[in-house]
Amino acid sequence: MIFKPELLASPTPIFLATLAVSLWLAGTLLVPVLARRPVWLVRSAFLVATLGSALAAVGGAWAVAAAGAETVVLPVGIPELPFHLRLDPLSGFFLVVIGVLGFFISIYSLGYVRGIAERRPVGGLVFFFLLFLAGMGLVVLADDAFLFLVAWEGMTVSSYFLVVFEHEQTANQKAGFLYLLMAHVGAITILLAFGVMAAFATGLTSFEGYAFDAMRRADVSPGWATAAFLLALFGFGLKAGIVPLHVWLPEAHPVAPSNVSALMSGVMIKTAIYGILRVTFDLLAAIPWWWGALVLALGLVSALMGVLYALMQHDLKRLLAYHSVENIGIILIGIGLGMTFHAFDLPELAALGLIAGLYHTLNHALFKGLLFLGAGAVHHATHTREMEALGGLIHRMPWTAALFLVGCISISALPPFNGFVSEWLTYQAFLLSPSLPSTLLNVLVPIGAAGLALTSALAAACFVKAFGITFLGQPRSRHAQNVSEVGVTMRIGMVGLALACLLLGIFPATMIEWLDAIPREFVGAGIAESASSHGWLWLTPIAPERASYSGTIVFLGIGAIIGLTWFALHGRRHRAPRRGPAWDCGFEKMTPRMQYTATSFSMPIRVFFGALFKIRERSSPMHVHRHAAFPERVSYSLHVEDRFWGWIYKPVSDAVFWISRLTAKIQGGRIQVYLIYSFLTILVLLIFGR
Amino acid sequence: MSPVFLAQVIDLLSALVLLLGFGLLAQRRIYALLHLFAWQGLFLAANTAIVAYGAGVRHLYFSALMTLAMKVVLIPYILHVLIRRMKIERDVEAMVNVPLTLLIGIALVVLSYNVMSPIQEFSTLMTRSTLAIALATVMLGLLMMITRRHAVAQVIGFLAMENGLFFAATSATYGMPMVVELGVALDILIAALIFGVFFFQIRTTFESLDLSKMARLKEDVGE
Repeated sequence: MIFKPELLASPTPIFLATLAVSLWLAGTLLVPVLARRPVWLVRSAFLVATLGSALAAVGGAWAVAAAGAETVVLPVGIPELPFHLRLDPLSGFFLVVIGVLGFFISIYSLGYVRGIAERRPVGGLVFFFLLFLAGMGLVVLADDAFLFLVAWEGMTVSSYFLVVFEHEQTANQKAGFLYLLMAHVGAITILLAFGVMAAFATGLTSFEGYAFDAMRRADVSPGWATAAFLLALFGFGLKAGIVPLHVWLPEAHPVAPSNVSALMSGVMIKTAIYGILRVTFDLLAAIPWWWGALVLALGLVSALMGVLYALMQHDLKRLLAYHSVENIGIILIGIGLGMTFHAFDLPELAALGLIAGLYHTLNHALFKGLLFLGAGAVHHATHTREMEALGGLIHRMPWTAALFLVGCISISALPPFNGFVSEWLTYQAFLLSPSLPSTLLNVLVPIGAAGLALTSALAAACFVKAFGITFLGQPRSRHAQNVSEVGVTMRIGMVGLALACLLLGIFPATMIEWLDAIPREFVGAGIAESASSHGWLWLTPIAPERASYSGTIVFLGIGAIIGLTWFALHGRRHRAPRRGPAWDCGFEKMTPRMQYTATSFSMPIRVFFGALFKIRERSSPMHVHRHAAFPERVSYSLHVEDRFWGWIYKPVSDAVFWISRLTAKIQGGRIQVYLIYSFLTILVLLIFGR
Repeated sequence: MSPVFLAQVIDLLSALVLLLGFGLLAQRRIYALLHLFAWQGLFLAANTAIVAYGAGVRHLYFSALMTLAMKVVLIPYILHVLIRRMKIERDVEAMVNVPLTLLIGIALVVLSYNVMSPIQEFSTLMTRSTLAIALATVMLGLLMMITRRHAVAQVIGFLAMENGLFFAATSATYGMPMVVELGVALDILIAALIFGVFFFQIRTTFESLDLSKMARLKEDVGE
């Protein structure tokens, strides 16, 4: 953007957005300047990040509210194709996701990264954190394929360096390599998708077709549109972590520093959702119904498989990473329903599905950010992510425990928090599917609703486990003893996200009014009028007689019940509650090892869904002295692995190695042989190239 | 002198260049190779000078002089010194089937004439008939690089290819612009020096200048 002084006095949304990106980029310059003073580097750089994020959030929110599109052409780029920026409600919304989460995570990082700085240099972490934010901001602002891909790759590469921040660990190197490899495969298919659309826009002789505006005007034939859609879905799906393209996600997200995990899980995978929406609803625009059905099916599979694999984890951050797969699935269910309704020309229902997906996008960013920050706080205090080594942290880290609980309730979709609202909206969209004019879909879609219900229940079970094992009970190892609560900036970051979760849960009608510009832009209808027809208090997505929900009243009700219970317990002084030892069944020798463990908690589900996992379980008695029935020790080992490795990835990697070995044969290593190759090439060209 | 006579002389010199190309292909002794290469350069320089005179293109005189200095004097001298220092005078190279190589060479010449015939019809230059010979010289140089295993022979093959390219430039467009020719000449000189360094390196690493030994550099995959 060309800077004009008067813009400072009366800024526009896109000015704020570009200013935010510039601030993030400029912040990277602090790294070499303050290289020798890590404490000051952390303070100043994350303050810049906070400021930039706030600007991005304000600019984005404003753009959604203004419901129009603003464009800017930057005087840099390649010949014929300068960088185009555009801020419309859709990119504004995702800018809000980036900005809000970036804001709280940057505050949290003030304390968290300072803790890391005591152990090792953090220049790289700070540098790539800022670059990562800028990359994500540019991805949603880009209005031509070239800038989009530059930003996309910038985002990928900076997040790769963040994943391998603790590069001396083998797990990090492996995860980083897998991530980089898969991200590049994805980037190639995205590039191809844009190539198809650009070819229809202006032909392949000029770069002008790579501007999104030209793609919007292009008339892509149905077959090629499908090709572009599938390529884009594959590429973005890789980034989003759709099953079965998710395998990098549970490897890469846990090993990054926790503030980065929160950004990756909370925001980065959402840029892929943005990409899918941008390509389908905006650039291609004409959507056959089966695209929607495909997205819906992928969403369902991701949601179910994600939560089932999450249940099997006992590494806290790995568990959260698998839940990202699940929640991406839920978001895609909403979007898939929206696409299907849109294809059958049911604009209000399409708007409902789209809003459900978008609402869940924002919600997931908030509560998953909160949960990862909580997990980071636990890791910060205990130096382990292994749930089997934790326990009883609620006594020593009450703030973190309470805030983590808020995240757990939100992600389990329980009222009055935000997760409930978006999943409830998704169910509403499901329940309206009988109005689809296709018998096949009418039969199949309710199965999807049942699948979503199962997912929600399993997610709740999983977070009972995550919270219960980590924070309740007694410490299972010395890691969980002698810990202390985390610092004030880390707590502020988490409190902010928790409050946001609550606010989005109790004022959904207001939120939907704000969001309404996006479906209006793409499907030509909104749901705001019907949704808030009974004022801000009641959310009535289609019609009040059909379904209504008031987060505020539920919140007040829950608050009242808690208050009454507390009063009943503590209110009357002469009958104060008495604390005593827990009943031990007369056994008398209770140890922390007798508690439920993460593994035993999830055992029923592991047995029930056993076919879906690759389980290697072994228990063998050791030190048998008297009788085989009374061993003194028993060794037990359990490995639960992702089936998709063996099903998809192993064959692919084997094939790649096989082809490599074949092609290696023409590399004889003799100069003469190489010369013959050139000689024959020249001969062939001379004879046939005339 | 009449243009017809000049064209005859040019044709004769080109024929000699081509003949020397075949000579390079067949010769086994290192010193003899070097001499043949120097002779090829000499005929090339003479040819260039005559073209310069006949066509009245002044800068071709410089090219001719440069060819003379580089390819007849300087580079043969450098290689000469290298050969003597490395004591490989008496190396007689084992070559695969000389007659077969020569037959392939003849096929290449035929092919070159065949490929170039359409261009010769369009060209109005006095050198048009030599275009095919230039291309054939390039191809013979490449063929020489393929059939030789000795590093010095390879380098001479490479330089012979360069001779062919220079020849092609002269016969197709009366030479390249002066700047380009200066650059190419400098490149060739530097290349000759670098080759010298490489000879020593290769010999210390493999104890031989037989390039087939370099196949050992290849990494074994898998098996």
